[in-house]
Amino acid sequence: MRDVAVIAFAQDIAEHDRERNEVEFVIPVVRDAIAQSGIDRHDIGFTVSGSCDYLSGGPFTFVQGLDAVGAWPPIKESHLEMDAAWALYEAWVAIQVGDVDSALIYGFGKSSLGDVHEIFNLQNDPYSVMPLWPSTVDLAALQACAAIAANVTNEREMAEIAARDRRAALANLHAIAGRDVSADVLLGEPVTHAPLRDADIAPITDGAAAIVIAAAEIANHACERPAWIRGIEHRIEPQSMGVRDLTRSESTRLAAIAADVGGGPIDVAELHTQFSHEEPILRVALGLGPETEVNPSGGPLGANPIMSSGLIRIGEVASRIHSGSVHRGVAHATQGPCLQQNLVCVLEGERN
Amino acid sequence: MTEVLVEKHVLEYPGGYTRSVGPVIGRFLTGLRDGRIEGVRGSDGKVLVPPTEYDPYTAQATGEFVEVGPCGVVTAWTWVAQPRVDKQPLDHPFGWALIRLDGADTSMLHAVAVDGPDALSVGLRVQPRWRTERIGSIRDIEAFVPEGSEPLVIPEPAPDAEPVTGIVTPTRLEYEINAGTAPSKYLLGLAQGKMIGQRAVGSDQVYLPPRGSDPTSGEATEIEVEVADVGTVTTYCVVNVPGLSETSPEIPYVCAQILLDGANTPWFGLIQGLAADEVRMGLRVKAIWADVLVANAASVKWFEPNGEPDAPYESYREYA
Repeated sequence: MRDVAVIAFAQDIAEHDRERNEVEFVIPVVRDAIAQSGIDRHDIGFTVSGSCDYLSGGPFTFVQGLDAVGAWPPIKESHLEMDAAWALYEAWVAIQVGDVDSALIYGFGKSSLGDVHEIFNLQNDPYSVMPLWPSTVDLAALQACAAIAANVTNEREMAEIAARDRRAALANLHAIAGRDVSADVLLGEPVTHAPLRDADIAPITDGAAAIVIAAAEIANHACERPAWIRGIEHRIEPQSMGVRDLTRSESTRLAAIAADVGGGPIDVAELHTQFSHEEPILRVALGLGPETEVNPSGGPLGANPIMSSGLIRIGEVASRIHSGSVHRGVAHATQGPCLQQNLVCVLEGERN
Repeated sequence: MTEVLVEKHVLEYPGGYTRSVGPVIGRFLTGLRDGRIEGVRGSDGKVLVPPTEYDPYTAQATGEFVEVGPCGVVTAWTWVAQPRVDKQPLDHPFGWALIRLDGADTSMLHAVAVDGPDALSVGLRVQPRWRTERIGSIRDIEAFVPEGSEPLVIPEPAPDAEPVTGIVTPTRLEYEINAGTAPSKYLLGLAQGKMIGQRAVGSDQVYLPPRGSDPTSGEATEIEVEVADVGTVTTYCVVNVPGLSETSPEIPYVCAQILLDGANTPWFGLIQGLAADEVRMGLRVKAIWADVLVANAASVKWFEPNGEPDAPYESYREYA
């Protein structure tokens, strides 16, 4: 295996970007990430992005994202209709194979253009689920109900998670839903999608993020403290929610074993929890103990730009390793209804 | 701050997508039409409802069909205070539930019609309320209701009805798209009879319409450049297929890539004012503006020859 590290991370987030189109807000994050990496843009080996055309309802809109990258002379490029955390996985594989030594990964999307909770009904089973038009929040609420019924979590723990993330988001310049609030206050707020309250649900967010990863030869020169990718894996479960045990995340558990989350202490975990009840399910699957700080950025409950929110989890862990404030951390990203597909990435500071 | 244009946008396939359903889901939907709920036995003997062609855990082909329900038990629920009335099964507040039908080992999503969330709980027994008109759809069940809360009516199957082989799934999504800063400047220019492109600092390449970046370098295009409404045909196509819209031109007509003087990307427009077989590369043309100018490409009706001699091939070779 080649040693590969995250060497640059940039993000640009807004609650509702009423001025710029997607290209216009991808430009600054791509510029920023490439500048941080110190790599000339012509020397980036591979460019790969994650986005979803249904967010803006236009066919092949992902191609326009390339206008923000500069694709001349022609570049080696790929795109995933997935959160850009999976684009990072593809880039990591490309570097492992030895095709390239560095890669730019970016994700972008405007969740504010349509009804984003309704749009993702299109990913459900077209025969038995999609014709009913459950929203993303509806399905998550069913999982929360199942988790509470199985004593995996409870409304107080969910409120404590939501309050902690909202408070942490206050200190994050890129978060949009920061709030100085306690669990007790949240428990007094109305239940909007039983058993969820609005504070349990990630905010609608527009935004983009970019990361540069590189093999050791480049990373050691580009970055004082590279965030080495020690393990990365993703696993998927059956689509039908009625077939799965919604109270646990077997795909996360298997990905965590493959990524060797348990191979050392985890200082920090950034989890792609778009709903507060997902954290207890993921903590069990990842084997996290009380010594691990979870979502110090505020997590997706602080800002959730769809299609880059998972990539941002990797960036948030990496930037803490870059600054020297943590040594080893885990980032998690998810796709699909009720944590159907999960990616786990272990990042670590100094080289062994 | 630039005025940024916002437009309603609807993503819809008129009439809905048609899907063939195959032997297993087809039998499930045929059962629903006939007032019967059927699952299928998975490779470990468990009964899957809704049925699938392959066991989702082992990928083995599934086995025999098993009639289940019609009653079942709620394994998880939530409450919809504000239904999406044009899409969801009920037009008043309702519950969603995962329902494990009697005889099934998996749960199925459906609506539950009750007065409020207090009437819902994990473990609640429910029964289906069938629609009178059934077509072979998951929505042939209007909703589930608490068991015994109303008479359980088991519909009679229609005699001699053919098996269900397909479904139609209407899909409509609505958006408010904002054009972004650079395209808005361009579109507002059209409403004033101007062609406004952009270029990046350090580049002489003028993009029209601008998207906000120089796509070759990825640099933001911050410099506005008004280009002429006169240009050169770089390439063209004679259209012999009639358009579907009433405003489509009579065939044959010509659409062309026109390199406006001062721009470095060709603009797409119609050519009128000469016979289709006289249109040629290098033809010099001018924009004919509409009487009423608007912030979109309809401001330019078409292009006509402007009387200048043809441009030499060398002058537009890069763009042809």
